[in-house]
Parts: sequence; C-alpha cells; structure tokens
Amino acid sequence: MSSEQQHYEPERANAAMIEADLATADEVRALSRWRRAWDSDVAYSFRRSPIAMISSAVALIFILGAVFAPLIAPQNPFDPGSLNLMDGFTAPLEPNAFTGNTFIMGTDDQGRDIFSTILYGSRVSLMVGFAGVVFAMVLGTILGLTAGYLGGWVDAVIMRIADIQLSFPSILIALLIFGVGKALLPREMQDELAIYVLVLAIGLSGWVQFARTVRGTTLVEKSKEYVQAARLIGLHPMLIMLRHVLPNTLGPVLVIATISLALAVITEATLSFLGVGVPPTQPSLGTLIRIGQDFLFSGEWWITLFPSLALVTLALSVNLLGDWLRDALNPKLR
Amino acid sequence: MAAFIIRRLLQSIIVMLVVAFVAFSLFRYVGDPINNMVGQETTLEQREELRERLGLNDSFPVQFARFVGNAVQLEFGISYRQARPVEDLFAERLPATLELAFVSAIFALIFGLGLGVYTALRNKSWSAQTIMGLSLVGVSLPTFLIGILLIWVFAVELGWLPSFGRGATVDVGGWTTGLLTLSGLQSLILPAVTLGLFQLTLIMRLVRAEMLEVLRTDYIKFARARGLTNRAIHFGHALKNTLVPVITITGLQLGAIIAFAIITETVFSWPGVGQLFIQAIQFVDIPVMAAYLVMISLFFVVINLIVDVLYYVVDPRLRAERPGAVR
Amino acid sequence: MAQPLLQVRDLRIEIPTRKKVLTAIDGVSFDVADGEILGVVGESGAGKSLTGAAIIGLLDPPLRIAGGEIILEGQRIDNLSYARMRRIRGKKIGAIFQDPLTSLNPLFTVGRQLVETILTHVDITPTKARERAIELLREVGIPAAERRVDSYPHQFSGGMRQRVVIALALCANPRLIIADEPTTALDVSIQAQILALLKRLTREHGTAVMLVTHDMGVIAETANRVAVMYAGRIAEIGPVREVVKHPRHPYTRGLMGAIPAMGHDVEQLNQIDGSMPRLDSIPPGCAFNPRCPHAFERCYRDQPVLLDAGPTRAACWLYDKEMVEAVNG
Repeated sequence: MSSEQQHYEPERANAAMIEADLATADEVRALSRWRRAWDSDVAYSFRRSPIAMISSAVALIFILGAVFAPLIAPQNPFDPGSLNLMDGFTAPLEPNAFTGNTFIMGTDDQGRDIFSTILYGSRVSLMVGFAGVVFAMVLGTILGLTAGYLGGWVDAVIMRIADIQLSFPSILIALLIFGVGKALLPREMQDELAIYVLVLAIGLSGWVQFARTVRGTTLVEKSKEYVQAARLIGLHPMLIMLRHVLPNTLGPVLVIATISLALAVITEATLSFLGVGVPPTQPSLGTLIRIGQDFLFSGEWWITLFPSLALVTLALSVNLLGDWLRDALNPKLR
Repeated sequence: MAAFIIRRLLQSIIVMLVVAFVAFSLFRYVGDPINNMVGQETTLEQREELRERLGLNDSFPVQFARFVGNAVQLEFGISYRQARPVEDLFAERLPATLELAFVSAIFALIFGLGLGVYTALRNKSWSAQTIMGLSLVGVSLPTFLIGILLIWVFAVELGWLPSFGRGATVDVGGWTTGLLTLSGLQSLILPAVTLGLFQLTLIMRLVRAEMLEVLRTDYIKFARARGLTNRAIHFGHALKNTLVPVITITGLQLGAIIAFAIITETVFSWPGVGQLFIQAIQFVDIPVMAAYLVMISLFFVVINLIVDVLYYVVDPRLRAERPGAVR
Repeated sequence: MAQPLLQVRDLRIEIPTRKKVLTAIDGVSFDVADGEILGVVGESGAGKSLTGAAIIGLLDPPLRIAGGEIILEGQRIDNLSYARMRRIRGKKIGAIFQDPLTSLNPLFTVGRQLVETILTHVDITPTKARERAIELLREVGIPAAERRVDSYPHQFSGGMRQRVVIALALCANPRLIIADEPTTALDVSIQAQILALLKRLTREHGTAVMLVTHDMGVIAETANRVAVMYAGRIAEIGPVREVVKHPRHPYTRGLMGAIPAMGHDVEQLNQIDGSMPRLDSIPPGCAFNPRCPHAFERCYRDQPVLLDAGPTRAACWLYDKEMVEAVNG
C-alpha cells in the first residue's frame, strides 16, 4: 500500500476507527491517571497529614449528622406542632422548670431543641451549599469551556463580566439576586421558593472561579495537536472538549469546589443571619445565631454559642480540607 | 500618563453605564412602581394618570436617559418604605458607614502590614506559625460571628464597650461624626474591629506571601552579597517591592469593606447605608436597592481608578521609557 | 611564597533530605592567589555555584557546610556569625551573578543602589558617595554617567546592566570577586566586552576573581588557572593552557576532546558516554569510574585525591606515583 493511499479520508468509517482509538487511548491514560493520582501522591499525602484526616473526619460527621438528622435528632424543630413553648429558654443539661424536659444544648425562645436544630439546620446549610456549588460549577464550566474554545468576542464578553463580577464581594451579589428574586416572586410563594432563590444566588455569585480555571485549561488543550487532528476529522468540538479538557481540570476544579463549599456555607449563614436567607420556619445555623444575639444580654448564651461553634467547625474543616487538597494536587510541590 | 488616565476614565464611565442599566431595569421593571407608591383606594384611572405623568409609558431609552440624568444629579426617587427621597436617606446615613469603613481600613492596614512583615521575617518561629494558624481560623469565621463574639466578650461579660448604635454624634457642617465624642469613639471600636478583621487576615497573608517571595529573589541575594545590613535589605528593599502588589489588592478590598459593612451594621445596629440596604431587601424597597447598587458601583469604580493610578506612580517600570536605552 | 588570598581546604557541603543526607561538595581544596583569575568549570550540577556560595557565606539552608575550612587572608571565615560575615561581604569578597536583570532591584535607581552599598562599607558623606558612584559607572564604561546614575535598571540594555552589576560588586574594593556565570545571559558579542572589562578592572585594582562557568571558551579567554569540577569534586586543576592543551584527567580529556576545533571537519562530535551521576547515586571510589575508559580496580574502591600530574594536578589514580612505578618497574 503506498503512502498516498494512507492519507486521511474524511469518511465516517475512518472517523469511527480513530474515535475508537482515541477512546481506548483515553481510557488507558485515564486509568493510569486515576491510579497514579490516587494510589501514590494524593492518597499518600492524605495519610501523612493529620490535618487532612481530622478535617475530613469532622466534615464527614457533619454530613452524616445532617443526612441522618431525622433519625438522630430527638426533636423535629421544623414541625411547629412538635414544639412546646413552655420548653423555651431551657439551659443545657438542666431540666426545664415547667415541663421537666432536659436538652443537651438547651432550647431557644420557641422551645426548639438547639441540638436538633443544629442537625436540621446543618442539613439546610449543607444542602444549599452543595447545590449552590454544583450550580456554580456547572455554570462556570460551561461558560469557561465556551469562552476558551470559541475565543473571540464571546470570550471577551464572558471574561469581562467575570472580571467585573469578581471585583464585587460575593455576598453583595448574593444579596442582590436574593433581593431581585424576592421582588419578583409573589408573597405567598416566597417562603417555599426561598431556598431555591438562595441556591441560585450562591451559584450565580460563585461561577467565576470555575469559569476561569476551566477556560485556562481549555486554552491549553485547544492548541494541542490531537485536538486539531480531531477537528480535521470532523469530531464534534463539544465531544473533544468534554473528553479531553474536563479530565484535566478535575483537580483544580475540585479544590475550588471545596473552598467554595466553605464560602457557600458561610454565605448562607450570613444571609440567614441578616434575615434574608432561609424562611424563619426552617431555621439554619445563621438564623439561630441571630435569634440568640437578642438573648446574649439576658444570659441565654447557649442559643448563640452552640450554633456558632457548629458553624465555625464546619467551615473550618471544609476550608482546611480545601487547603490541603490544593497543596496535594499542586504539581509544583510534588 | 495623561493618556492612561483618560483611557481608564472612559472604561469607568462605560462600567457605570452598564451598572446604571441594571439598576434602572431593576427600578422600573421589577414589580410595579405605581402599585408600590399608592394606596389601595386609588382607582385604575388615577393610576393610569399617575403612570402617564411620571413618564412611565415613555420608551425604554427615554426612561433610561431620564434615570441616568436624575442619577447624575443624585436623585433616585422616593423610598417605598419610608416615603422619603432616597437621596436624603443616603445623605443621613453615609457618614456613619464611611467613618466605620475608614477606621476599620486603617486598623486592618496597620496591623495587617505589621503582622505580615513579622511573620515573613520570623518565618519558622513558633509565634509566626501560631499567627498563621489563627489566620486560617479567621478566614473561616464569618464576619457576623466575629461581631457577636466581640459583643459577648466585651459588652456582655466585661461590659467595657457598647454593643449597638453610634453613641453621641456631633454635627460638623452636614456631616455627623462620632469621632469627637467619647461614647462615639467607644461605639466605633467593636464594629471597626469586626469589619476590619477579615481584611486584616487577608492583608497579613498577602504581605507575608509577597515578602517571602521577594526575599527569594536574585536582587535580594545580590544585596546580601554586597554586605547590606539586614535592616537595609528587609525594610529598604524587600518592603518596597512587597508593597507594590499589596497596594493594588488592598485598594480593591476597600470597596469590599463598604459592602461587608452591611453585615457589621446589622450586628451592631449601626445606622449606616448598609443597614438601610438590608431593610430595603426585606421590604422590597426597590428605589433604595437600585440607588445602593449605583452608589456601591461608583465607589468600586473610583477606587479601582485610584489604585491603578497609584500603581503607575509607584512602579517605575510602568511609566513611559525614556527614549534610547544605552547600548 | 606569599600566602594565598583564599584557601579552601577539604570543603564538604551537605544537604539533609527527608530520606538521607546527600553530599553536594565532597572534599574540595584549592587556592586563589592575589590578583589571579581562577576559573571553575564543570557541568550543571557539578557544584561550582555551591562552592562560590559557600565562600561568600550565602548557602541557603538546608544546605550547610559540614566540614573543611575556608581561609581568607589567613583568617578562617567559614565559621563566622552572620553579622561578622556580613561585614566581609562586599568589602573583602564581592559577587556577580548570572542574570543582570534580576540582580538589580527594579524599583530603585542605579545610583541609589550604588550609594547605599558604598555608604555601608566606606565612611564618607552621601555627596562624596554619589561622586564615587558616578566615577564607578564611568570606570565600567557607562557613557553619560552623571545622567545615567539616576536611571532605573530597566532603562539599561543587558550588557550595560551587567556593567552596573560589576560596578556594584567593586564598590568597596573587595580583594576577591566570585563571578557566577557572569556572561551566560548575554549576547556573544557583549560577552567579549564584559570579559575584557572584567580582566582590565581586576588587573587595575589587583582583585582576584573566581570565575564560575560551564563555558570552557570563557575560561580559556579569561582565566589564569582553572579547576575542573565533577560531581562535587575537583577532577583537575592547573594553569589554563596546560589543562586545555594537555589534559591529564580522563574527564578533562573527554571534555576537551568534545570541543570541535576550528578548521577541522568532524563527522560526529566526540562525547563521553553516560552522564554525570546525581547526588543520590554517586558511586563509591572515583565518581567518574562508570564512564572512564581507564578505570581499574582501585578506582572503584578509593576516592582519589589531587595528585601531581606534571604541570597540573589531577584527582585520578592513574597518577599515583607508587603505583605507576610498581607497574612499570
């Protein structure tokens, strides 16, 4: 067979074969990449770092506590029917003067058991946090891929918006989106939809970091030869991007996602504290702290203290995990 | 230099116009201004008439132009909640926020710079590691929690400082200041520390990272090889090189302070524009929200501009090269 | 004979790593006489820069001097405190580094950096110091020195910058200058100028130079004597002409043989098989034994010391007189 005949023919048959080749090569590369990453450096670094282990353990406890809240919590604080106002203002571990009930962490002004509320509240916080981060991640990835791959004015516009948004603190953006959402929605639906608006607010305020990273990787991969080859053959650009760019961004995206989660939890707590977050019937950690502030002077310190500790512990452990992850995945430090 | 400033000015104006556009859309199209302004009894015809009179049926560009024109003259309409002109509300409350922001920025800058340099120069020491560890906790502490913690310790338990309000203020030619009274100053301490702590952590880590980076450079190595004293190297050379990027980022953070003031003002019931904004969100007071948006953007844009100019002044490499480098 | 300006005896530099302690410089000894230019040549990683850094007392931890002595003008300097070493730096020993762009602080004028250095070591008024700075700039060949003294580093070209660096190193009239790859970052045409400048200045001021480089051509052009380093040890040391024309050590022979001579056509460049061992895999005995065509049993056992090999000294057991006699006699 002469070499001329070997030249590429833009027919489906050949494209399919090369596509299959790319897939297998990718799988092999991906397999070894996973194995390399997990078996050696990252996992090894994890085993050697007490901070990483402790903070992931703590974070895990929180997540498990939140997920299994209905099973663990002695009370459901979101169900107004189960509350007894007379239980209110009970100090931790002391039996209530009226009802004789004891609560590990005391109760708030409505008779809600603080411990249960922390569990249920963490659930809300974590749900909102995760959802918000996933939303930001998906949005950011899509925008980053598009900007990186298409380039030109699309890239310029997206990046400009990103730059401008980045110079505003995310709290402000979240507040604004929440405000607009509240204004647009009819009053009756507000409580129900508050959570969704919250997720939207957190997501829209956090996409920029993801977009930038993904765009960076896209730009690097775009100029590589195999991408150009795939383009010549007629493979759909989106396919190329998904299969080749995405795995390369996994590491940094994971780091950003972890740190964003901590920020999301804090943002949600702040918004709830300010009274513009979750509805008062479904208090999160932030709401509890706000309620507690009013009672600091009158001596019911537990209403603020325990939720505060919970919030700090959660945020700190996620932050530490993110910090460790960033160092572990940093190729320069390996 | 002049060309540089003009270019940045033009960019700033464009950004402001975009913000005005967003604010205007908010203002005009979210909810119905008329329904929010009048009572229940107003008839439909009266509403239509009002709508016509306020020019709400005009085309979009016309309304937008009117909005911008009004905005430039600092007129933002009437607050839904308080039925007073928005600009009056702002004028009353701005001094409180600005004083708070300013004092906390100075606090963050001085201590952030000091601690940053200290932890960089004494890198491996015990105290430096502790401070760095604490700073990590600081980043995980939301601002409102810091405020509450401070209130608990200093106001509730120790009773040294007040936990809300501004204390007694003095009216100095239209500007109400709390800096001239003892109770005013006392009331300023906890909020300023709360607001500034986050900035302090940021500045400290930045200064430290930059300084460590600078201390690794060749020109510092060469300076050591020339036998310069530690003082000359650390505070003459390294510090100046560290400050250049720090100035930029700190300046940008100044805008963030004004935004974070929202939280601090809520915790301490500080009568500033931040508290106004929160109340506006809770009550869906659109004119106030829109005005706050424009005002904040203006601050950010102006600060960005000043920082850019400052950077230009400090780093000689950015200035136009003198013609003809010697070969 | 007058005491040499600098004496390095059996210098050992170690790097403690997580796994074990590595030896970067292993028993290096040499002298530098007043006013002479000693070239130190070798591949990347052979330890030339480290030796220079140790002499001027700027070893970055975790690197540390683990043995041996460094003697300057009869006084030991390797065990001085930082403060006392600082007074020697700049005043007795100067240094020049490779990249003139990064060697100068971009935020300060050239004049300010010069004046600062002068004032640190010489007790004169700032005005006089500025005059001296201008004078120095003129000496290193910067035209319009009175004006250029207030320029910033980025306003000079590469060659001019290196001249400024040289001026800075000469500020306080040091007896010895350690020049670490001073021309590597420059254009070939500028290289020649800078080398000529260096030679002239050191001749006029009587300054000795330890010229560290990987470029044999620079050595041949500039140095009086040369030390060839390999894997943290000196392989051969002697007058430049001898080492270049009649290398004794098998490594040096390989080096010189690899340089194509002008006027001859070669089919293939000679190269030495293999490569210099990494710090953690230096073989016992002579570090060169895996690649040496003349290696014999002793080479794998004992680390060689510098032995007389005629006009030069080579660290090679081939020149062990007793052994040579035993084999021949």
